[in-house]
Amino acid sequence: MSEIPKSEELIKIGYRPPERPWMDTKPEFREGNFCNAASAKWLEQLDYPYPRDWSVTDEDWKLPENWKEIFLKAMEDRLNRYRSFRLFMDICVRCGACADKCQFYIGSGDPKNMPVLRAELLRSIYRRYFTLSGRLFGRLAGARELTEDVLKELFYYLYQCSECRRCSVFCPYGIDMAEVTILGRELLSSIGINIEWVMASVGSCYRAGNHIGAPPHAYWDMIQFFCDECEETTGIRPHPTFNRKGAEILFIAPSGDYFADPGTYTFMGYLLLFEYLGLDYTISGYAAEGGNFGYFVSHEMGKRLNYKMYAEAKRLGVKWLLGGECGHMWRVLNQYMDTWNGPADFLEEPVSPVTGTKFENATSHKMVHVCEFTADLIKHGKLKLDKSRNDHINLTYHDSCNPSRAMGILEEPRYIIRNVCNNFYEMPENTIREKTFCCGSGSGFNADEYMEVRMRGGLPRANAVRYVHEKYGVNHLGCICAIDRAVFPALMEYWVPEMDIIGIHEMVGNALIFPGEKERKTDLRERPFKGVKPEEIEEE
Amino acid sequence: MNFNLAFYFPLFVVIVLIFIPLVGVGAGLQVVFGIVIPYLAILAFFAGMIYRILKWARSPVPYRIPTTCGQNRSLPWIKRSLRDRLENPENTIYVIGRMALEVLFFRSLFRNSRVELRPWREYPEGGRLIYWSDKWLWLGAIVFHYSFLIVLVRHLRFFTEPVLSFVHLLESVDTFFQIYVPAVYMSGIVLLVPLTYLLLRRVFNQQLRYISLASDYFPLFLILGIGISGVLMRYFFRVDIIAVKELAMGLATLHPKLPEQEIGLIFYVHLFLVSTLLACFPFSKLVHMAGVFFSMTRNMASNNRWVRHINPWEYTPRLFSYMEQEDLFRKQMKKAGIPLEKDIEE
Repeated sequence: MSEIPKSEELIKIGYRPPERPWMDTKPEFREGNFCNAASAKWLEQLDYPYPRDWSVTDEDWKLPENWKEIFLKAMEDRLNRYRSFRLFMDICVRCGACADKCQFYIGSGDPKNMPVLRAELLRSIYRRYFTLSGRLFGRLAGARELTEDVLKELFYYLYQCSECRRCSVFCPYGIDMAEVTILGRELLSSIGINIEWVMASVGSCYRAGNHIGAPPHAYWDMIQFFCDECEETTGIRPHPTFNRKGAEILFIAPSGDYFADPGTYTFMGYLLLFEYLGLDYTISGYAAEGGNFGYFVSHEMGKRLNYKMYAEAKRLGVKWLLGGECGHMWRVLNQYMDTWNGPADFLEEPVSPVTGTKFENATSHKMVHVCEFTADLIKHGKLKLDKSRNDHINLTYHDSCNPSRAMGILEEPRYIIRNVCNNFYEMPENTIREKTFCCGSGSGFNADEYMEVRMRGGLPRANAVRYVHEKYGVNHLGCICAIDRAVFPALMEYWVPEMDIIGIHEMVGNALIFPGEKERKTDLRERPFKGVKPEEIEEE
Repeated sequence: MNFNLAFYFPLFVVIVLIFIPLVGVGAGLQVVFGIVIPYLAILAFFAGMIYRILKWARSPVPYRIPTTCGQNRSLPWIKRSLRDRLENPENTIYVIGRMALEVLFFRSLFRNSRVELRPWREYPEGGRLIYWSDKWLWLGAIVFHYSFLIVLVRHLRFFTEPVLSFVHLLESVDTFFQIYVPAVYMSGIVLLVPLTYLLLRRVFNQQLRYISLASDYFPLFLILGIGISGVLMRYFFRVDIIAVKELAMGLATLHPKLPEQEIGLIFYVHLFLVSTLLACFPFSKLVHMAGVFFSMTRNMASNNRWVRHINPWEYTPRLFSYMEQEDLFRKQMKKAGIPLEKDIEE
């Protein structure tokens, strides 16, 4: 892990732009501010172009000889295939409304992190090669040559955009930097510029089934371990099945939920809930990944990974899909899956087997968000819950970027929270719901070597958590995103160390009262409930 | 871009643009500046706009990617306010509503806030982010656009005979405060205020100054030039209004004819700047006027989960099948007791 300045130092951010015009400055790669280059083996496994071993800090990035031609051709291709790209290149008026909406700008003060200028990095190339005024007037028209330095700059800044879409909420024309970043990264990918963290995840997911590279038997082993854990802490042993044909529901969680704490407790929450219901479901080792790092490389790679969900649902003959708590996973499921890999006409329109509720909003893509599923259960009184079991938790809730701004799942998790938790405090209005801030590590930034940028990008979120911590004594940060659960521990450790991270279904797991259960004294993390003395637990 | 270049170059260009008709008309080229150039400009405007619009309209929309700014359609009992429905529209009707809010009221700009990082000793890290509501940009933008629109519509009195009744109505509202003779159009004066604000903002706001291009200052100078020449012409250096109308009617009815009487020079300056604006419009950032209607983060319903969106160029890439995975891990899967498609022969 790279050395990063202390938080008191890092927060001294200067917002005054440099004297030199932005076309004349270039980024300086140093430890902590770039992600490592992707190694050749992953690209080879994925048949991705120009696999080679190279390093970001090297002068020579070992680009293909005609890289410029390939890049511009790829750009022209995207301009013709994506109206969004062409439009967003054309209509920006540089009003600056987006400037201070980006967490990476707020946290770094680097003017090229203002979404407008980040997009200008590409727009200047667009103007130079694809517009008449740019060809004629060059720099005067805001156009510039594509050089290796410009390319490096693009790499630097396109990997400081987490595709969170916050700027697009504020843009008067709805220009979406995420879209520009997605396509910009495709262009980089077309000449073999990728980052290791993302490509390793994608390569692992492609064959093993998930980003963490756990093959089916390893995943199944983890699940059984969670069952042991559930049994130990609650006395209840869940009975999930794996790759089972003929189940009613295929449940797909993001791998973050079975890879590491605190996500694992969320996974235990799912298992307990499904056991409580006696749900006829199965988990797959092929469609083992809810998240989709492929989407952080290109639309095509996103599609290649997402393909497995419907394919596996078809093979197993399930009726519909249930998806876990994950952010960009749900952007993909909501806005891309049906278009990429549908129609899912071999599935049935999702109906809750417990309440009979038909999920009218999922009749085409046939996948239900676990928060919708659980909210419906609670509404119908199907869950016996003891809220006080979460009394040791003073919660605030982080809306993850993608579920908020690419779906709009805002109330469901809050409804669940209010039913499983007595102490819930919202962060300031400008930092939640559609105005929520990114964790600072979305879209493939959770690499260790990227700590400084992650801490900077996470500042606005952390600062809002600080606010509720000081004001209400909040000690838990809730979320419905596996990347959040993976990266918030480090972010909070840095900015607000008093904070624990928790998934919503972990709290459901804490609160669920099983018929005839043994007296429970601890939560899923084996921490005593409020009012239980530590001695009481040790006695057992 | 270098500030001096970005700022002074377009200023210089606009000054040159002012001198061109002064010289040209002085040399007796009224036909060129009164008829030929306006026609060419209008031609450029329409041809350019059609070209731009067709270019956008022809490019496909592969994915339905609205930016959702409210609760989505969910379980029937999850309450959605009208705001939710407009900002996360589930069908075309709400999309129209969303677009109307965007185009008529600049909804998204209205959200604008300003962030301040303030030293804060109570926090161990020593700083606190504060988000201030900041509506000035919204106010400047909306006042500018509406006054521009009113000025534009008001000019129809030169192009219609008899003058359309709503133009008269607009005029009478616009001249409600009779403080001067001739009656002062508020819109003309008001137009200059936000325009100046937008210009000053660009110059004095550090961030904005840093991102601004010559092509950001140029339209501001140009429109300022148009506004100022219009004001001067109406209130100070009066021109023969009958002659102006005669010329305008000629242009509008495609029977262009120079009036017998001389029109003041300043009129030609005004007309030339307007012509320049029209001709540049489709090829500058001003195309946002049409572009905003195409923005897929705003003009699409968020209904992906129940109405499948089709991508016209979707293709099948190399995929990794279940059997390929089983082939890789069959032995271990069997050992773990996971059901297989193809069992291992003992």
